[in-house]
Amino acid sequence: MDKRLIKIIKSKAVPIQGDDLDTDQILPAKFMKEITFDNMGKYLFYDYRYDDHGNSKNFIIDQSGFQKAEIMLVGKNFGCGSSREHAPQSIKRAGFKAIIGESFAEIFTGNCKALGIPLVTTSKDNLTSLINKISTNHSTEIEINLETKLVKAGELSYPIELKESFRQAFLQGIWDASLLLKDNLQKILNKDKELPYNFF
Amino acid sequence: MSKRTLYNKIWDLHKIATLPTGQDQVFIGLHYMHEVTSPAAFAMLRETNSKVLLPHRNFATYDHVIPTDNQSRPFLDAEAELMAKTLENNAKEFSLNFFGLNSGKQGVVHVIGPELGITQPGMTIACGDSHTSTHGAFGSLAFGIGTTEVKDVLTTQTLALNPLKVRKIIFQGDLPKGVYAKDVILKVIATLGVKGGLGYAYEFAGKMIEELNMDDRMTICNMAIEGGARIGYMNPDETTYKYIKNREFAPKGDAWEKVVQYWESIKSEPDAEYDDIVIFDINSMEPMVTWGINPGQAIGISESIPNLDELPEESRKTAEIASKYMKLKLGQEIWGTKIDVVFIGSCTNGRMTDLRIAAKILKGEKIAPNIKCLVVPGSQMIKEQAEKEGLDKIFIEAGAEWRLAGCSMCLAMNPDKLVGDQISASTSNRNFIGRQGSSTGRTILLSPAMAAAAALAGKIVDVRDYL
Repeated sequence: MDKRLIKIIKSKAVPIQGDDLDTDQILPAKFMKEITFDNMGKYLFYDYRYDDHGNSKNFIIDQSGFQKAEIMLVGKNFGCGSSREHAPQSIKRAGFKAIIGESFAEIFTGNCKALGIPLVTTSKDNLTSLINKISTNHSTEIEINLETKLVKAGELSYPIELKESFRQAFLQGIWDASLLLKDNLQKILNKDKELPYNFF
Repeated sequence: MSKRTLYNKIWDLHKIATLPTGQDQVFIGLHYMHEVTSPAAFAMLRETNSKVLLPHRNFATYDHVIPTDNQSRPFLDAEAELMAKTLENNAKEFSLNFFGLNSGKQGVVHVIGPELGITQPGMTIACGDSHTSTHGAFGSLAFGIGTTEVKDVLTTQTLALNPLKVRKIIFQGDLPKGVYAKDVILKVIATLGVKGGLGYAYEFAGKMIEELNMDDRMTICNMAIEGGARIGYMNPDETTYKYIKNREFAPKGDAWEKVVQYWESIKSEPDAEYDDIVIFDINSMEPMVTWGINPGQAIGISESIPNLDELPEESRKTAEIASKYMKLKLGQEIWGTKIDVVFIGSCTNGRMTDLRIAAKILKGEKIAPNIKCLVVPGSQMIKEQAEKEGLDKIFIEAGAEWRLAGCSMCLAMNPDKLVGDQISASTSNRNFIGRQGSSTGRTILLSPAMAAAAALAGKIVDVRDYL
């Protein structure tokens, strides 16, 4: 199967508490001075996970029950602030494959989509039930199904939402827009000449 | 769905195709780059042996990691030096327009684009930086993007975008004395919320906007993103055209007449339809300051930090976290909060209008003892102009530090950082936890006038008492 097709993500999950968690929290600016994304996985939520001396603060994603989680459960407006792709890169490179939340910031959602990470929303009540479920049993697997637009955990089943264009991009394996954009090369070159402004 | 707005007109003109995902492929007429979000994109180009499709539409400078005290090369910070060098090499290898340290034109990307006349009305603009929304002040659609999208723009000069809804925000009344553009946008974010703009473009309108100069208009659009809106814009007018005319990249002669016709044609029509309209009465506004950890946690200078029971339930948890982090009690007055550092600068408030008002308040005065006050011009050209007007002397005589151009302490990727739990009065755009370089550092956002008054008093005060 084409590994770019993303239909079902099934994994253990970790809840990250709090609303408006911005990309400075997800990936502090001090790590953006590296010119590649290679090490970003190590820096995910760095200031939450380590003290000033680099000692672990045993943040939830480092706790033994959650270490293999590939799904994050988050609150409102997750990923607001800076457009830094370093943040979604750190999430992807730390092994996360999808995020369920109440709402997400716009640029962050697009950056995650470009990396093949679906962000799906559901209601606060549904999230609370999911979090309660995994808190009682850390090994509970959560299944996100983009075809049926449902999230399941044991006997729980809730509807999820995401932009239809993004859903299609994942289902058809075309979330990396590069190839699609190149299809219209001649139209692009024409537009460059037609527009009432240019720089020479 | 909105109709006949500036947003609709520019989007339609630049649309290339509807993609199989349902997204629109939109031509990006102007692409800006800086050193932090571009290197991985150029690496992707090399990996795939790709070229930059239309180099003439791509402009680069460095700002985030640039030191503002000693800029001799190599920089003392080896990582910063590598970032700068990498951008210089990439610009050369891919034949991009580039403004380096020796050009006299380097500075914060959102400051130099407009001041060089590159940003103009009717454009689609992208940059790997969320504050790209700034350029909407000229009547353009300006998108902050990620690094993969930077690569897409470099290789195809297009982006895959979802259409936005349009909310018209109308300001009624006149700006009271001591109240500035920064206060207005903080008020908008505090009222509509940091996620109130999700899915929207904000069109700012009303007599007040028409009366603002371009620097102030940029301050407002700059922070549209902090209110959750992907972009913010204003319709272009004579003020816009006068600003652009005769700048380096502005069209000249016959081309000028022609392009002004185009700019006039892309304004929102009087009968345009919007997805939402919000009206603000600004007559009763006062200077605004933030007390928390996001820009929506802002209040008037005479107000107290809200108690939990005064907040909607969904805001209470964040308020508790903010109060603990900021070491400010809920219910207490914000006036009189002692500060350690004052930062005047950034893509929000590092332009001539900002420096002039700060200088007016600091002139002939001394900043409070133990206050570190950094004044960082947004660009080399602004630095030169400010020095021509003698502002540098006013700042230095008041006890402030007059620095070289860059992003500086807005996000502290250069050596300008808070230390420990220092608290700063900052004209920048974000008061997030750890934003100014210390994981326990604290930030209060305010206008340049309020920042200057805070520097004199050593605490948060009401600038209206200093005018």
